[in-house]
Amino acid sequence: MIEASRIASKPIGRQSRGRRMLRNWELYLFLVPAIAYFLVFYYWPMYGIQIAFKNYVPSKGFLGSPWVGFEHFERFFHSYYFWDLLWNTLSISFYALAVGFPLPIILALAFNEVRNGAFKKTVQTVTYAPHFISMVVMCGMIMTFLSPSSGMIVRIIELLGMEPAAFLTDPHWFKTVYVLSEVWQSTGWGAIIYLAALSGVDPQLHEAAIVDGAGRFKRMWHINLPAIVPTIVILLILNMGNILGVGYEKILLLQNPLNMESSDVISTFVYRSALVNGQYSFSTAVGLFNSVINAFMLVVVNLIAKRTSNNSLW
Amino acid sequence: MVPAIKESNRDRLFLFLNYLFVTVALIVVAYPVLYIISASVSDPVEVSSGRMWLYPRSLTFDGYSLVFENAKIWRGYANTILYTFVGTLLNLFVTLPAAYALSRRDLAGRKFVMGMFLVTMFFSGGLVPTYLVVKDLHLINTMGALILPVAASVYNIIVARTFFSSTIPGELTEAAYMDGCNNFRLFLGIILPLSKPIIAVMALFYGVAHWNSYFPALIYLNDEVKYPLQMVLRQILVLQEMTAETTGAAISGDIAQAMNSKAEIASLVKYAVIIVSTLPVIAVYPFLQRYFVQGVMIGSVKG
Repeated sequence: MIEASRIASKPIGRQSRGRRMLRNWELYLFLVPAIAYFLVFYYWPMYGIQIAFKNYVPSKGFLGSPWVGFEHFERFFHSYYFWDLLWNTLSISFYALAVGFPLPIILALAFNEVRNGAFKKTVQTVTYAPHFISMVVMCGMIMTFLSPSSGMIVRIIELLGMEPAAFLTDPHWFKTVYVLSEVWQSTGWGAIIYLAALSGVDPQLHEAAIVDGAGRFKRMWHINLPAIVPTIVILLILNMGNILGVGYEKILLLQNPLNMESSDVISTFVYRSALVNGQYSFSTAVGLFNSVINAFMLVVVNLIAKRTSNNSLW
Repeated sequence: MVPAIKESNRDRLFLFLNYLFVTVALIVVAYPVLYIISASVSDPVEVSSGRMWLYPRSLTFDGYSLVFENAKIWRGYANTILYTFVGTLLNLFVTLPAAYALSRRDLAGRKFVMGMFLVTMFFSGGLVPTYLVVKDLHLINTMGALILPVAASVYNIIVARTFFSSTIPGELTEAAYMDGCNNFRLFLGIILPLSKPIIAVMALFYGVAHWNSYFPALIYLNDEVKYPLQMVLRQILVLQEMTAETTGAAISGDIAQAMNSKAEIASLVKYAVIIVSTLPVIAVYPFLQRYFVQGVMIGSVKG
C-alpha cells in the first residue's frame, strides 16, 4: 500500500520508463494474445515471402528451399496474360472508384438535408442493410436477377423496350455488373462515415450563411462539403493504396469460363495458380508484386495529399 | 435546428430534388429485397412468368419446407453457429485486453506495438504464405483454420482502443491503484462492465464476419460435413448444383411431384434459402444499428 500510494503521488507519464513497465507488467500480458496472433499469422507469412525468390519444396519449408532469384517475376512479366491481368485489375479498380467513391458522399449530403426524422431513419436503416448480406448470397442474387430466362432485372430492361445483354457471360458486361452490384451493397454503409463528419458542422456557420442570404444548395456546397473534405481525402488515400487489391472473394463467385477474359484479376490468378495448380513460389511472387505496388501507391498518394491539402495518414 | 426564415423557390426546388433522390435510393435498395421475400412464398410459375412483381402471388411455403427438410442446410447452419460462437469469443479475448492495454498512456512501448499492428493493415504475406503457415500448423480441415487466422482485426482493435481512451477517465485508473487494485481486477471488475457498448459492437462486427465468410472454408476445409452455411449456399446459389441432395427434393416426394420441373424447385429453394440464411443477421440488425453505426463513427475519429 505504501508503495502504491508513493507511485500514485506522481502523475502518470512522468515516471521513468523502467518503473512504468514494472508497474504495468500485467498490461503486457494483456497484449500477449494479440502479439502472438500478429506474429504467427502476419509476420511469419511475411517471412515466408522469401519463397517468391525460391523454388518452394514443402518438405524443406520456407528456409530450406533453393534460391532462384527473380525467375518467377520474369516469368510473370513476360507471360502473355500479364498485361490482361494488370488491365483487368486496374480497370475494375478505377471503374469502382469512379462510380463508387462519390456516391456515398452525395448520399450523405442528401441525407443531411432530410429534416423528417422518421423518413430519414427509415432510409438509413434500409440503405445500410445490404452491407450485411454475405458475398455468396449477393452473388446468388446477381445471378438470379440477371438470369436470361426469368431474371427480375432482365425483365425490367425488356419492359423498358431495350434488348437485355447476356450480363453474366458477355465479357463486356462483367465489370459493370461487378461495380454496380458493389454500389448497391456498399453505398449506404459508406455514407455513415461522412454523416459522422457532417454531424460535427457548427450550426452557427449555417445561421451566418442564412443571414447572408445563402440558399440550401449554396450552404451544402460551401459549408457541408468543405467540412467533410479531410474525411474524403483520407478515404481516397486508403482507396488508392488498394488499387491493385481487387479482392478474389466476389470475383471467384461471379467468374465463369465465358467472362474470364475480363474477369480474371491478379488476386484470382494467384488463387488459381497456387491452390488449384500448386505453384506456390510463382504465385507468391505474383502476390508480392501486387502488394509492393499497393504499398508504393499508398506512400505516393499520401505524399501528394500531404503536399497539396495537409491531410494525410501519417 | 436552424430556424427557417423563409424558403425561397430555389430552396423548395432543391428540397424537392433532394427528397426525390433519397426516395429513388430507397426504392433501388429496397425493391430487390422485397422481391426476394415475395418470391420465396410465391408459386415459382408466377415468379418466372413475371406476374409476381411486388407482393406474393399464389402463396406457398413449399420452398421453406424444402429448406427445412434439407439435412445439408441444417448441418451448414449448425456448423456456422458453432464457428461464429467460438470464433467471436476468441476475437473478443484477443481484441479487448489488447485494445485496453494500448489505450493506457502509461504503457511504455505502446507506440511500437501499435506500429507493429498497423503495418499489417498495409502489407501482409499474402494468400500463399498464409496458406502455407496454416498448413504447417496442421490446421487444414479443422475449425482452427477458420477462426485462428482471423482472430483479430487491426481496425477493430483501433475502434476499441479509441472507445477505452475516450470513455475511461484516467482518474478511475489512479483511484483503483490507490485502493490496491491490480490491472487484472481493474480490467475485469471495472473497465469491462463500463464498456458494454463496445463489447456489443465488437461482438457484432466479428460475428457478422464469421457468419458471412466462405473463402477460408473454401481453401482450408476438405470435408463437406464441416462446411459452414455459406459453402452450402455457394453450392446451391452459385454453382447451382441442383441435385436431389442439395435441393432436398428426393426426400419430400409429394412436393417434388407437385412441381412440374426441377428448375421450378430450384428457384423456389433459392429464394427461400436466401431468406433463411440472411434472416438472423438482418433480424438483429435494426435493433443494434445504433451500436454498429457508433462503431463506424468511433473508428472514423482516429482511423
